[in-house]
Amino acid sequence: MRVLVCVKRVPAPGARIVLTEDARSIDTNLLSFTVSPHEECAVEEGVRLAEANDGTVTVLTLGPPQAEEQLRSSLAVGAHEAVLIPTDGEDWDPISTASAIADAIGELESSNGPFDLILFGNESADSGGYQVGIRIAHALERPIVSGIKGIDVGDGRVQLRRETTTGSEVYELPLPAVVAVKEGINLPRYPTLKGRLNAKKVEVQRIEEKRVGSGQKMVRLENPIQEVSETTVLDDVSAVVDLLEELQMVGR
Amino acid sequence: MILALVTHDDAVIEETAFQALTMARQLAAELGADFRAVWVGDAPDIERIGVYGATTLHHVTHDALDDYAPQAWGKALAQLVSSLSPKAVVAIGSDRGNEVMAHVGAFLEEPMVANVRDVTPGPEAWEMTRTRWGGSLIEKATLEAGVKLLTLTEHALEATPADSPVDLSVEAFTPDLGEADLIAKVTDRVTTSEGITLATAPVVVSGGRGVGSAEGFESLEQLAGLLGGVVGCSRVVTNNGWRPHSDQVGQTGTVVAPDLYIACGISGATQHIAGCKGAKKILAINSDVEAPILMSADYAVIGDLTEIVPAITEELRKARVG
Ligand SMILES: Cc1cc2nc3c(=O)[nH]c(=O)nc-3n(C[C@H](O)[C@H](O)[C@H](O)COP(=O)(O)OP(=O)(O)OC[C@H]3O[C@@H](n4cnc5c(N)ncnc54)[C@H](O)[C@@H]3O)c2cc1C
Ligand SMILES: Nc1ncnc2c1ncn2[C@@H]1O[C@H](COP(=O)(O)O)[C@@H](O)[C@H]1O
Repeated sequence: MRVLVCVKRVPAPGARIVLTEDARSIDTNLLSFTVSPHEECAVEEGVRLAEANDGTVTVLTLGPPQAEEQLRSSLAVGAHEAVLIPTDGEDWDPISTASAIADAIGELESSNGPFDLILFGNESADSGGYQVGIRIAHALERPIVSGIKGIDVGDGRVQLRRETTTGSEVYELPLPAVVAVKEGINLPRYPTLKGRLNAKKVEVQRIEEKRVGSGQKMVRLENPIQEVSETTVLDDVSAVVDLLEELQMVGR
Repeated sequence: MILALVTHDDAVIEETAFQALTMARQLAAELGADFRAVWVGDAPDIERIGVYGATTLHHVTHDALDDYAPQAWGKALAQLVSSLSPKAVVAIGSDRGNEVMAHVGAFLEEPMVANVRDVTPGPEAWEMTRTRWGGSLIEKATLEAGVKLLTLTEHALEATPADSPVDLSVEAFTPDLGEADLIAKVTDRVTTSEGITLATAPVVVSGGRGVGSAEGFESLEQLAGLLGGVVGCSRVVTNNGWRPHSDQVGQTGTVVAPDLYIACGISGATQHIAGCKGAKKILAINSDVEAPILMSADYAVIGDLTEIVPAITEELRKARVG
């Protein structure tokens, strides 16, 4: 079984987001980088499926050359191959991203055979467009379901579970298929020392793609207006109890 | 014309879908355009939609649309757009709304802008304000497209019925769906009826790394029980396996809006605050006076939560007996 997982390099801001002077991106001087928790879970799910079905996992990212770091993190937790579509670091719009990744997948599949399953995060952590996976599924003419919290593969098919406000929905797709997953589908493992060492040995394949562009353009970023709340410091437990009574939280 | 998609789960309208209807009506009024709504599948809830002032409800009917099928919904809507040529299509930025609109965008080969809070239409490009990072950051964007496809950030505005009633006429539309459009379709549903859920609880007692262990949550459970609430947690907690992911509050967890949110041993990362900033009041219990959560908190107790939380429970119990 061949699995492909797409991840996106994003900064990991802490308690405050500081913007660059031109307000077109986050000031990442003091920040580390990561991928969305949804995508971490997609990698873990891919690795588990590959382990259970004697398969391989390829991770792919479109991003600056430094995004190799996120590919190596995925290799360290069990992915086998890694592909980078290099950019100059600017965030691409969803249509350009999807078009480039779909083309790269075409190239990978024509040399090594089709992927049975392509996994995405439900939405990217930073831009959150909720669509790159869906556009790629259309380009590849494969079925897709988003928001998935359970995957069972068997017999050339995949059974999927999605949570709703009242319970869950079940879908069943024939392979090859595309799935966008949500955090909570599994609990990702931590990398082992051996995993980290293995990850260093893998050569990252590079595929160049053009940015097609679209009518959606980012102009600038802003921090939302924070309603600065006056914080009342309560000195002891009885002050807390008084507050709870005042807010009528007690005895309901 | 402005078209609004009414998202529903098995004919029950998503509560936030009325916010999208409200935005579509306001946008239509601003443009002097007709405001219409779309329902895909059986049993449209005409009465509740009518209140929001649409003139026409396009009812998409097809034998195969007896349950939710994301690509088929997207195709049907794309075909309706091709026949009506609306200026814009608006849906709510729920899982379902975002999913269907992404399919519409893919079919029409047009951009789809997710989680928009505000729109200023222009002669060519429209200006949009959208949310990133689960609401922690705002993006100003421009959109040029044949039809503007967008979803509205949930709770960006309040749903308000139209001032004056409009007679809603229903027009049937039968889409042309192929087999491929119907592969992804709900084949089964499981209903788990819990009592109060994290998303709807009036009080959430939430714990972070400071709680220290799975067992540490016992005292939070007790306090939540006394206050008629539920327990929530941060991502560090779910990553450590102390609580299930269904308890996680935040950007990649559940978004909550309780009357009171008690954050115990939670530092207040933006991705966590994204999930609880809708709370009416936030009480932080933290040993660090410098913890960023204090910037978002209305009330704070500085100290060790492992002593403070059980002490609050104890006092409340005493007060009840006394
Ligand atoms: C894309 C992305 C998405 C994310 N999504 C989410 C999400 O949905 N939800 C989420 O929560 N996080 C999310 N995170 C993670 C987030 O960035 C933080 O890492 C996380 O919220 C920190 O959890 P914490 O506050 O429990 O831990 P810490 O940041 O370690 O804070 C622990 C706090 O406990 C206090 N403390 C310690 N001991 C005690 C004690 N005995 N008594 C009182 N106080 C004590 C400390 O002073 C500190 O303030 C996301 C991150 C990324 C990059
Ligand atoms: N630059 C990228 N490189 C690789 N995968 C991406 C990229 N952008 C988005 N994706 C994938 O598409 C999913 C949805 O992204 P989005 O449509 O931006 O919300 C993400 O969770 C990733 O799995």
